[in-house]
Amino acid sequence: MSDTTRMTATAIAAAVRGGELSAREVASSALNLIAQHEGELHCFNVVTSEVALAQADAVDEKIARGEDPGPLAGVPIALKDNLCTRGVATTCSSKILEGWLPPYDATVVTRLIEAGAVSVGKSNLDEFAMGSSTENSAFGASKNPWDTSRVPGGSSGGSAAAVAAGFVPIALGSDTGGSIRQPAAFCGTVGMKPTYGLVSRYGLIAFASSLDQIGPFSTTVTDAALLLEAICGHDDRDSTSLRDTPTSFVGPLAEGIAGLRVGVITDFLSDADPLIVTAVRDAAGALASAGATVDEVAIPELMSGLAAYYLIAPAEASSNLSRYDGVRYGLRVDGPDVAKMNAETRAAGFGPEVKRRIMLGTYVLSAGYYDAYYAQAQRVRTMVANAFNRAYERFDVLLGPTTPSVAFQFGAKIDDPLAMYLSDLYTIPSNLAGHPAISVPFTLGEAGMPVGVQVFAPALGEQAMFRVAKAVEDAQQAGCRGPVELSAGASR
Amino acid sequence: MAVEFTPEEVRYVATLARLKLSDEEVASYAVQLSAVLDHIDAIRALDLEGTPATSHSFDLVNIFRADEVRPGVDREEVLAQAPAAEDGRFRVPRILGEAP
Amino acid sequence: MSEIVPGWELTVGLEVHCELQTKTKLFCSCANTFGSVANTNICPVCLGLPGSLPVLNEQAVEYAMRIGLALNCHVEPSIFHRKNYFYPDMPKDYQVSQYDEPINRDGSIELPSGTTVGIERAHLEEDTGKTSHMGGGGRIHDADYSLVDYNRAGVPLVEIVSRPEITSPEDARAYLNELRSILVATGASDGRMEEGSLRVDANVSVRRVGTTELGTRCEVKNMNSLRSLGRAIEYEAARQVELLEAGGRVVQETRHWNESTGSTSSLRSKEEAFDYRYFPEPDLVTIAPSSSWIEQVRGALPPMPGDRRRELTAAMAKSNPDLDASSYQDQIVTVVDLALDGLVVGAIAHGADGRLALARGANEAAARPDEARALSVEAFVELLGLETSGKISATQSKAVLTEMLDGHGAPSEIIKKLGYEGVDADALGVIVDAVIAANPNEWLRFVEGDERVAQFLLGQVMRETKGQANGKLVAEAFGVRKSR
Ligand SMILES: [Zn+2]
Repeated sequence: MSDTTRMTATAIAAAVRGGELSAREVASSALNLIAQHEGELHCFNVVTSEVALAQADAVDEKIARGEDPGPLAGVPIALKDNLCTRGVATTCSSKILEGWLPPYDATVVTRLIEAGAVSVGKSNLDEFAMGSSTENSAFGASKNPWDTSRVPGGSSGGSAAAVAAGFVPIALGSDTGGSIRQPAAFCGTVGMKPTYGLVSRYGLIAFASSLDQIGPFSTTVTDAALLLEAICGHDDRDSTSLRDTPTSFVGPLAEGIAGLRVGVITDFLSDADPLIVTAVRDAAGALASAGATVDEVAIPELMSGLAAYYLIAPAEASSNLSRYDGVRYGLRVDGPDVAKMNAETRAAGFGPEVKRRIMLGTYVLSAGYYDAYYAQAQRVRTMVANAFNRAYERFDVLLGPTTPSVAFQFGAKIDDPLAMYLSDLYTIPSNLAGHPAISVPFTLGEAGMPVGVQVFAPALGEQAMFRVAKAVEDAQQAGCRGPVELSAGASR
Repeated sequence: MAVEFTPEEVRYVATLARLKLSDEEVASYAVQLSAVLDHIDAIRALDLEGTPATSHSFDLVNIFRADEVRPGVDREEVLAQAPAAEDGRFRVPRILGEAP
Repeated sequence: MSEIVPGWELTVGLEVHCELQTKTKLFCSCANTFGSVANTNICPVCLGLPGSLPVLNEQAVEYAMRIGLALNCHVEPSIFHRKNYFYPDMPKDYQVSQYDEPINRDGSIELPSGTTVGIERAHLEEDTGKTSHMGGGGRIHDADYSLVDYNRAGVPLVEIVSRPEITSPEDARAYLNELRSILVATGASDGRMEEGSLRVDANVSVRRVGTTELGTRCEVKNMNSLRSLGRAIEYEAARQVELLEAGGRVVQETRHWNESTGSTSSLRSKEEAFDYRYFPEPDLVTIAPSSSWIEQVRGALPPMPGDRRRELTAAMAKSNPDLDASSYQDQIVTVVDLALDGLVVGAIAHGADGRLALARGANEAAARPDEARALSVEAFVELLGLETSGKISATQSKAVLTEMLDGHGAPSEIIKKLGYEGVDADALGVIVDAVIAANPNEWLRFVEGDERVAQFLLGQVMRETKGQANGKLVAEAFGVRKSR
């Protein structure tokens, strides 16, 4: 049986649809690699071998019957463990949801199954997607396949690591303040956050409802576009889901970037690691060579985004996480009355970072602070969106770093929440504005770790964003992206 | 402007948030949350008089559903997930106060 | 302003929660029905399962608009907020409700007495589940544990908040009664307090006569009827006055009305802190009804109770111009409350005597309003005509109406079945002549003007007709023979 673990999703789907590979072969190949290396990397909270093989067989049967098996036929995928999967444990990497079996599938999960994808497992994350390293997972951190002494980033670190390790060619994550793009940059994968409302949130366990979006991980820009095509589009079950949005992202990639106007955000270059700044400038140069018009732009308002984010996200989270009270599902720690039971359950079930954010969010919403904090943060949000939109009067897309540094060592920031929060500085503004952004591996930086470059676009500007991302990818340094050679990476 | 989160405030907020905190947690949250708030506090200084607050990225209005019954979930499937159930209902310890 | 205790004035504001008669819940497609088996109308959304999202029911919005427009409110663009507090009957531990941007604002209700009470707002929100307290006699505080049923969780409610402009227990009852009639008229509610589809809380405060600032208020809950609303307000006002007169202070709190002891008590546990941390619900978008939608809803509203009382009063004045309107005002209120005005107005329009139609409507029909509303105007007119013309007596007419409410057919058939048709004018003449012939002495005294024997002669005719003769016609028959 052939090893298909280094193939792209595009190649796998073409081979499976063309009858050259069976979905079962592809699934088995992925499950084998996972079985060998999952112990070192801990990408998954659960590997769903039986589900994967059953879904793969269903694809093969469709092909045998002459039916269309879908655009992702037989492509193995990892699902971040905050996406509800019917009958498959969904934990958010929290003890409070340990063992919970959702009675329904998230809309994206339903769409993936219809598209022929094969779900191999639920990937690890920082508890309730709160964190930048997966160190906040109640079930242990995932390791960066490039260097297992370093974090894979977060919160979607398990998905990023699974793609970087070659376990799966594509994965889904969720991005509230950078939780797809930051781990993508840390692990040398493509990671993309769509326009708010382009992908249904139904079945995504909420962290901060007005910021959360589900998006793709992949090794190539084309695969990210392919996966987005499969999951995007209106959903009646999500009131914030947009209608009549673009549906095609792979096709337009061929258009190239000639004539596109690219702005380099200078505010993001002052504090970033020098090698990362160089990477952004080199990427800008490559885009100019490929026919784009490149100029610099200062958008100082974006720098206020972090503070606004750390008000809005905890505030919404404090409310979203109230339901974990020990009454209907998940963990219960008994108490003499219901209020004490709630408090004991939440004390035992939530980890320190989740508690910290619940506390912060509860505080900023409480009487007397709402206007000073929450309402002001919502005004900053308007300011950030307006500032972006002014820049988009001059530019089609913007360019900047994804992260201020490469993947850091385990333990480096775990005791300093503020330092951890600062690693989201360049990703947060897109969430506040609801705009799309993508991180593309471009080069290797400090300690030989991958560096991602970020392409920003206005609302529903995914097509131009992907085209520019593809041009960045075309100029990327060889060996800066996954999948890595596991035996070497794991032993480093 | 230094923002101080006192242990008393931490305890009050923990009550609102239904979190039982140990004394050590109270002490460490007071320090950590003060540091975060100190950073966040900068936005209070921004003059945004006249800038509207955004709670959604897009101005969607009137998103409705037709008033038609659709099947829900199976009661037994849901009750099987409950920490305690009795007689088709979710069982909880005694409730001390009326709903507000 | 009435003084409930000399020297003190009462101020009441009422908050009424009205369950809407939609087919489904406010934010999910589960059935909105009363009395289903526990936890059978549930789904991920109304159970607050992780990952679920709300989608607003358009019919609930339209019902809310109907209610607002019927209460003379402005319908405005509105949003939902989350009201955060922990309670096991609330699956998300926050309630999705409207806060400072409600759908309806600034309306009023005119009570039958003519008093107007302002409406501050009428907003949409979701209902909670139901808890049952097990052990300890079913009381919350003595219970061993509780069981929760989420069938009601997410049922759409409109909360109607009056201004604190009600000044007596009577007006509070009249307000609630009028509001209930309006809600039923809009079709948004079944108005059933006993099933909890209409629930009322009262904010009660007192102040010394002559002062302008409102006193500290207490919110009284758990009143399940118009009667208990009046009693609870009376009790609570007296309690506050007593406290203040003794030099004490009223503490702002929620108090529970206990029907059996006839008193209110504070049940809040001491350590609870309430700070609802309202913020805009990010999972829902703005409701902004277009002016054309608003006008379409307004245009489709049926006449409201106030309009219908005015219509019935006008019909009465035309039919019985000699009667003082105040003499039948109570009957009009009853008839309109029970939605029997269509029957009565219809009967008057078809030539029935107004006084008689209103009296039968406010008494016999009102005793069984559901059946009465199903009567045809034609049948009711026929009955009233038979009574007016003397074909049947008042007693017989009531009996026939009862049979009609039982669904036993047209008045003529019922009269035949009951044997009332035997005593027509000719037959009565024969009987009257026979009674005169059998009692010559009494007849002589009657002719000479002794009114006392008239009763005796009438009684004889009634005995002969087994009580079925029309008393008025008998008196006429004697009168005719006396003057011969
Ligand atoms: Zn439901």
